[in-house]
Amino acid sequence: MADIFDAYALADAWDEMFERPGEVRTAYEPVLAALQPIEPGELRFKADQMARASTDRGVTYAFAGEERPWPLDLVPRILDALEWDLIQRGVAQRVRALEAYLSDAYGPCRAFEDGVVPWRLLLNSPHFHRAAHGVEPPGGVRIHVAGIDLVRDEAGDFRVLEDNVRVPSGVSYVIENRRAMTRIFPSLFAEQHVVPVDGYAQKLLAALRAAAPDGVGDPRVVVLTPGPSNAAYFEHALLARLMGVQLVEGHDLVCRANRVWMRTTRGEMPVHVVYRRLDDDFLDPLHFRPDSVIGCPGILSAAQAGTVTLANAVGNGIADDKLLYTYVPDLIRYYLGEEPVLPNVESFRPDEPGQLDAVLDQIDQLVIKPVDGAGGQGIVIGPKADRETLERTRAAVAADPRGWIAQRPVALSTSPTLAGERMAPRHIDLRPFAVNDGSDVWVLPGGLTRVALQEGNLIVNSSQGGGSKDTWVLAEGPAEHPEPEFDGTVPDVVPRQLGPDGTPAVVQEGAQQQ
Amino acid sequence: MNDVILSRIAEALIWTGRYVERADATGRILDAYLHRLLEDPWRDEDVACRSLYAILGVDAGDERVDMQQVLDQLAFDARSTCSIEGALGAARLNARSAREAVSSEMWECLNSTWHALADQRLAARRTGPYAYLELVRRRAALFFGLADSTMSRDDSWRFVVLGRSLERVDMTVRLLSVRVLDAAHAPDWPTLLSASGADEAYARVYGGFGDTPRVAEFLLLDRDFPRSALHALTTAEECLAALGRPRQDPARRPIGRMRTRLEYLDLSALEDQLPLLLKDLQQACMASAEAVAEKFFPYQGPVEWAQEGA
Repeated sequence: MADIFDAYALADAWDEMFERPGEVRTAYEPVLAALQPIEPGELRFKADQMARASTDRGVTYAFAGEERPWPLDLVPRILDALEWDLIQRGVAQRVRALEAYLSDAYGPCRAFEDGVVPWRLLLNSPHFHRAAHGVEPPGGVRIHVAGIDLVRDEAGDFRVLEDNVRVPSGVSYVIENRRAMTRIFPSLFAEQHVVPVDGYAQKLLAALRAAAPDGVGDPRVVVLTPGPSNAAYFEHALLARLMGVQLVEGHDLVCRANRVWMRTTRGEMPVHVVYRRLDDDFLDPLHFRPDSVIGCPGILSAAQAGTVTLANAVGNGIADDKLLYTYVPDLIRYYLGEEPVLPNVESFRPDEPGQLDAVLDQIDQLVIKPVDGAGGQGIVIGPKADRETLERTRAAVAADPRGWIAQRPVALSTSPTLAGERMAPRHIDLRPFAVNDGSDVWVLPGGLTRVALQEGNLIVNSSQGGGSKDTWVLAEGPAEHPEPEFDGTVPDVVPRQLGPDGTPAVVQEGAQQQ
Repeated sequence: MNDVILSRIAEALIWTGRYVERADATGRILDAYLHRLLEDPWRDEDVACRSLYAILGVDAGDERVDMQQVLDQLAFDARSTCSIEGALGAARLNARSAREAVSSEMWECLNSTWHALADQRLAARRTGPYAYLELVRRRAALFFGLADSTMSRDDSWRFVVLGRSLERVDMTVRLLSVRVLDAAHAPDWPTLLSASGADEAYARVYGGFGDTPRVAEFLLLDRDFPRSALHALTTAEECLAALGRPRQDPARRPIGRMRTRLEYLDLSALEDQLPLLLKDLQQACMASAEAVAEKFFPYQGPVEWAQEGA
C-alpha cells in the first residue's frame, strides 16, 4: 500500500512529528496512526473538500486582490500539556511586561530614567503618539488582545519572534480550523483530549466590557472594521457575531460633544467600547491621516475625554516595535522581577554603539528586519540573499541603524504537511492569542500555526502565500469537565406521536384484535 | 444587547431580501416562458422574448431577439442587478456587509449559491437552463427558509421580509402589467400563473379555468396565496407597523392605503380598473421604499472628508 509518508525526509530542523526518521513522538502517535492508512487520493479528496467548505463558508483571505479559500493543512500541530504550560506562562508574562512598559512610557517614564531602555527608542518611534499621552485607560489596560509569535528552534526550544499588541489578527482562523478539522477527522478527536478553543469570544467580550469607562452600567461594545474589502473582514465579522455585538464601519459612527454614537434605525445610540480593527493611522482623520475615510472623526478626542474605550489603545505601536523587542527580557526583569519564561531569538541592535559594525560584517549570516515591517515585508535572509541584495541592505542599515534589527537565523521547526499527494516537512511558527481583562491575562489554548507552503521557505505569513494548521493542546489526563456517569436509569419518556403511515386501516384493526 | 440595528445594516438587509426575491421571481418567469416556448412551436420567439423584456423593464432594442440573448441578459449578466446572477451577486455582497446580522447559514447559502452559479451556467450552455433556474429557485427558498428558522423575529428579520414583500408586489405587478397594458406581447394565462408559482394554488381555488378577471383577482387579491399582491402588501405593512413608531408613518401609509383599496375593491369593475390599479400599486411600493430609506437609513452617499484648509 502506498504510504503518504514514504518520501518524508527530515529537514535540517526540529521536526514536530518525528524524533528520528521513522520514530514518531509520543503525542503524535494517534495522529500518525490515523493518517497513515489513508490513500493519497483520499487525502487529497479530504483536502479539496475542506477548501470547498471554507469557500462556501466565506472563510477566505485576500491574496493579491483575490478571495482565496483559507489554506488549512490536514495534519494538526500538537502541543502537550507541559509545552503548553510553558508557552502560556511565557506569553502571559510578556503581555504583563509590555503592559507595564506602555503604562510607564505614557506615564512616569521610569524605565528610561533608570537606563533600562534608551530614551531615543521612545522618542524616535513612529508609533509614539502624543495623543495617547494622558489617556488613562480604564483598569490600566492598553493591551486587550495580543498575538505573540513564537518559533521552535533547532534544539526544540520555543523562542519569541515578535510581539503584536496593536491589532493582531488570525484568531478567527484558530476557531474555523478547529471547526473544519472536527468535521473532516471526527474519529481522531474522539480519541484525544484536545482543549477546546470556542471560549475565545466570551473571554474577549468579558474583557472588552470590563474595559468600559467608569460608571457605565451596561456598556455597548462594537467591533470597528475598515469594511468588507479588508483582508481580515471575515475575522471582524466572526468576532462580532460570536460576541453578539455590532460590526460597525467608520461612517456608522458619529462623534458629538466628545461622545461616540452609532447610527441605527432607532436613532443614534451611545457606544462605550470600540474593539477597533484598524491601525492608529486610520482611526481618526482629525488626529492622524486626514485622508482616511474609514475612520471616525473625533473618536480619539472621545477616548481622551474618557467616554469611550479604544481596544487596543492608541499608541501601542511603541511596544511592538521590533527594536523594543530586543529589550523585552530586560523589561520582564525590571517590571516584574521575574526571569523570562520564553527566550528571544538572539538579536543585534545596529543602532547601539559597536554593534553596527558587527552586523555589517556578518550581514550574510544574519536575518535583517526593518523594525516597522509587517507581514514579512522587507525581511532579508542573509544566507539566502544574493550579493546585490546584501549590498543594498548593508547600505540601508548603515544609513538608518535605528530602522533595523538583525537576528541569528533560526531554522524553524518543521511539521508534515500535505504537498500534492505526499507528506513533506514544512516550516511552521505559532501565534498564541492572549486576552487581558485587567486582572488576568488569559491565553487561548493553542493559537494559529502558520505553515510556509513552499519548501525551505522560512516566512510563514498568509500574505506571503502561507498555510495553516489546527493547533491542538492536549489536556493532561481526562477532560476538565468529565461527563456525569450514567447510572443506568432511563427517564420516563412520552412515546412519540406517529401520523398515518399508509398502512390500510383494516390491517391495523386486525393487529389490535390480537 | 442587540436591541437596535445600524442603519447601514438595515439597508443591506432590505436589499438582500429584495435581490433574492428578484432572482427567484426572474427565474420563475424565465422558466415559465421557456417552457411555453418549447411546448408551443407556433409561438413566435421574438414576440415572447420581447414580452419578457417588457415585464422586467429592459429595453429590447430593434433587432430580433432570441432566447439565448434573453438568458444572457436576464440570467447570466453579472453586471446588472436586473439579472439573476447580478441580483444574487448583489444579495451576497449586501449580506456580506451585514455578516453579524444575518445568520451564518443564510450567508453560507448565498455564498455557496454564488459559487455554484458559475458551474451551472456552463452546464446551461450544454443542457439548457433548467437546472440553473431550478438551482436559483431552490436556493432562494432555502435562503428565506433559513431566515425564517434561524433569525429572531426582531427588526433585522423584518427588514429582510419587508424587502422581499416589496419586491414581490413589484414583480407580480410587472407580470400582470404586460398582460393588461400590452396585448401584443402578452403572455397567456397559464404562463402567467406558473411564472408566479401560482398555477397549482390557482387550480385548487378555481379549477383549471382561467380568464382575465379571475387570474388577475387571484394574483392581486387572494388573501392566502403568499405571492399575491394583497398578501405581500399585508406582510409589508405588518413589518412596517412593527418597525415604525409614528401613527402617520410615510413608509406605511402608501402600503396601507393600497392594501385597503385592494381589500374593498369592486370585483365587477376589476378588469376596467386594472391598468390604473397596477400603476398605483407600483407607485405605492416605490413611495414606501423611498420613505423607508429616508426614515431608517438617512446617511447615504460616499463619505467625504475635506482636509483642513482645502
